Amino acid sequence: MMLPFARVVEFWRQTTDSDLFWSFKRSKLVMVSAVITVLFFIMAFGAPYLAPHNPFDLASLELSDAFKPPAWEEGGEMKYLLGTDDQGRDLLSTIMYGSRISLVVGFLSVIFAMVLGIGLGLIAGYVGGPVDGLIMRIADVQLSFPAILIALLVDGVSRGILGEARHSDIAEAVLVVAIGLSYWVQYARTVRGSVLVEKNKEYVQAARVIGLPGPLIALRHVLPNVMGPVLVIATINLALAIITEATLSFLGVGLPPTEPSLGTLIRIGNDFLFSGEWWITIFPGVVLAALVLSVNLLGDWLRDALNPKLR
Amino acid sequence: MTSPKLLEVRNLRVEFPTRRGTLVAVDDVSLDIAAGEVLGVVGESGAGKSMTGAAIIGLLEPPGRIAAGEIRLEGRRIDNLPYNEMRKIRGRQIGAIFQDPLTSLNPLYKVGDQLIETILTHLPLTQAQARDRAVKLLEDVGIPSASERINHYPHQFSGGMRQRVVIALALAAEPKLIIADEPTTALDVSIQAQIITLLKRLCREHGTAVMLVTHDMGVIAETADRVAVMYAGRIAEIGPVQDVIKRPHHPYTIGLMGAIPTMTHKVERLTQIDGSMPRLNAIPKGCAFNPRCPKAFDRCYRDRPDPMPAGNSLAACWLVEEKAHV
Amino acid sequence: MVQAVLVMLAVAFIAFTMFNFVGDPVAIMAGQDLPAEQRVELRKTLGLDDPTPVRFARFVANAAQGQFGLSYRTTEPVGRMILDRLPATLELSLIAVLVALVIGIPMGVFSGLYPHHWISRAMMTVSLIGISLPTFLIGILLILIFAVMLGWLPSFGRGDTVKIGFWTTGFLTVSGWKAIILPSITLGLFQMTLIMRLVRSEMLEVLRTDYIKFARARGLTNRAVHFGHALKNTLVPVITITGLQLGSIIAFAIITETVFSWPGVGLLFLQSVQAVDIPVMAAYLVLIGLLFVLINLIVDVLYFVVDPRLRSQGAKAGAK
Repeated sequence: MMLPFARVVEFWRQTTDSDLFWSFKRSKLVMVSAVITVLFFIMAFGAPYLAPHNPFDLASLELSDAFKPPAWEEGGEMKYLLGTDDQGRDLLSTIMYGSRISLVVGFLSVIFAMVLGIGLGLIAGYVGGPVDGLIMRIADVQLSFPAILIALLVDGVSRGILGEARHSDIAEAVLVVAIGLSYWVQYARTVRGSVLVEKNKEYVQAARVIGLPGPLIALRHVLPNVMGPVLVIATINLALAIITEATLSFLGVGLPPTEPSLGTLIRIGNDFLFSGEWWITIFPGVVLAALVLSVNLLGDWLRDALNPKLR
Repeated sequence: MTSPKLLEVRNLRVEFPTRRGTLVAVDDVSLDIAAGEVLGVVGESGAGKSMTGAAIIGLLEPPGRIAAGEIRLEGRRIDNLPYNEMRKIRGRQIGAIFQDPLTSLNPLYKVGDQLIETILTHLPLTQAQARDRAVKLLEDVGIPSASERINHYPHQFSGGMRQRVVIALALAAEPKLIIADEPTTALDVSIQAQIITLLKRLCREHGTAVMLVTHDMGVIAETADRVAVMYAGRIAEIGPVQDVIKRPHHPYTIGLMGAIPTMTHKVERLTQIDGSMPRLNAIPKGCAFNPRCPKAFDRCYRDRPDPMPAGNSLAACWLVEEKAHV
Repeated sequence: MVQAVLVMLAVAFIAFTMFNFVGDPVAIMAGQDLPAEQRVELRKTLGLDDPTPVRFARFVANAAQGQFGLSYRTTEPVGRMILDRLPATLELSLIAVLVALVIGIPMGVFSGLYPHHWISRAMMTVSLIGISLPTFLIGILLILIFAVMLGWLPSFGRGDTVKIGFWTTGFLTVSGWKAIILPSITLGLFQMTLIMRLVRSEMLEVLRTDYIKFARARGLTNRAVHFGHALKNTLVPVITITGLQLGSIIAFAIITETVFSWPGVGLLFLQSVQAVDIPVMAAYLVLIGLLFVLINLIVDVLYFVVDPRLRSQGAKAGAK
């Protein structure tokens, strides 16, 4: 029995000695992107406390404040550091709230895709036969269609079923489902492959002889093995999901202007690009790019670190 | 060894910088090959024998590098040549044959094109002359209906036939030395002997020297004039093949010989050397063989022995010195 | 071929299901205040009252002839609408693919050959940014720089087009060429970075193979080793991915066409999604499915040309 403190020290030593941490320390770029990602989280989820204004409080909006340029430009005010949009909303605050929506939608859709993909992968690998064939065939076909197209189709269909008004009420949920449905394939493939390998190993056979239920064995033994790759896919998919959400919102089929994500903000600003109000587009664009880039860098690093073959 | 030296390797040291420190894959290796001579190099995998070969033809894979020592071909130093100078030597002066014939040939090109390409790179011939030469080479290595086969792709050849093609490629520009790195390991046992016989015959005919890297003592005994036994990146023993086989000096060589079945001696059972070769990052102090050596004594744990004369051979063992003193 | 037919059937099935079970087109087209008789009339015109099997049969038969009924939004024939706009999308996609290949492959080869060179590192960093920047953002930035700030290039439309048969082309006018520059760069940039990274990693992989080592051991020149032996072997995966990416280029055209108001099928599709114009959505889906199948066939043929191993297998299979 180790003392708690000694255990902590031991854990710390193991962590800092691991390959993962080693490659983490080695790359300044990764450290920077990790810091940026963390800052984003703080900024996004602390928005209600940190943001200088509440863009959703309609009472505080004044149309006379619309189209204010950033504070350092002529006509700008310190009150609105990054300027205001067409409705007089403070851009900085809107961006903070917007990145929260982007992150939430991104995370939820990644989780949705992950659960769906892992589930289908386990079933395909474990049951095999025609079920496997069907699932993997669907995966093949879907993989050849770009995710954005599938998300658009799901969105369009749900719009048709729900009607326009109810669609905007649950736009966020629709987006999560639409994006999730477009990204499950990779998880399913990874998990299925791993199940097929593990299924024939002796300990699984042995467990089956003892009478443990099959799916449980698969879950218990396969999941730990695929956590690494799944995590890598999830990180990279998070970036993709954020891009997809922003794209859908930009195309006008994502989140409505009353609930602006970064993509919606860029869409709004795009209409004013030619009239000189560049900041409404550029600031959300820069934030979006920085967010996606740092998540991508983290994903890249994670993939290389967990896959020694590629090093 | 009165014949002029074709290749001289002096105190060669090959290092691999890794993030956990530098690994020494080849440590202070010296050897000579005379014109037309066959030098066998044996050892376990990781003993540094392939690495020595790769260093000689200047194809160490980065980050591996020659850290010390020198390599001379006909007296000319070649280990520090610029890339393009060394390239002209490869194929023209020093040829190479690698382990796996299945992967040595580019699958997307006809074998004839690969041959002609090699010939034209090194020899001042026309396309047509090169083609004739390519057919001739394929005939030489025993490929039937060569003029037809020259238009085939590698996947249309069997493993043994592909290794014949590889040999033809290695000999295409008449090099003076061929480095054959486990040329038969990947082949079927029944074909191995054919390929070795072929290689031996061709090199005798062309007067080509061979550095034959293998872990098969049987092949060495049959083919080589001299043999170098490598262990953990160093040469344990080097000498004429009959001496090393019949009168080995280094305990490792003695162990190795005990592990070969022979027809002439009646041996109750084949011996084996206990333990395994140390990993390159954990080579013990003193003689690298000391943990497994049945005759190790205190000096073996303290100092590292260099090859020293023992009969007609050189052996890196303190026992040799002990005996000499007695 | 079996796979191709299966894919087309699956796509047709999804399209048909959408047709049948999503929304009430009459309500969407006509709004609430249309009199009941006209409503019935409209239902008849659109053929919505027939039993499901009849409609299914009609759907497949019509789809095979390129007919997808009338658009709910504009009441024009969908087949025509798509055909009118297809040339714009195909020309845009073609130029985008060319941009991606012509720039992406050399960049990938260079950074594969010299992975530690600073240019390679710079290219990798830039390509990561290229992957991270959403397409629409790249389009907006290009517009901001080249259309708004510099005023060099147009930011929307195709410029002047020339009609040749049913095909309208922008390749014959200066304004057409000017108009296609920004959209094709926007569309091609992502594919370019992808192709660059793919060629790079394939190149690194191939350079490690025995036959490259053996080619070096034979003293071949660097040029022969790199461009003769290595590059050709990286082509097989590059062809696959490029083929697969062609499909996604046409889909990504949706975004580019929106940003640049490019009058292609992507923009049409987006407008249809927003208006729940199911016939157009279904037709677009079938079109993409068809393109996907065609591209796959072409990729298979290219394999055949590049890889002799497949050729002899094919010959054997053919003999049987």
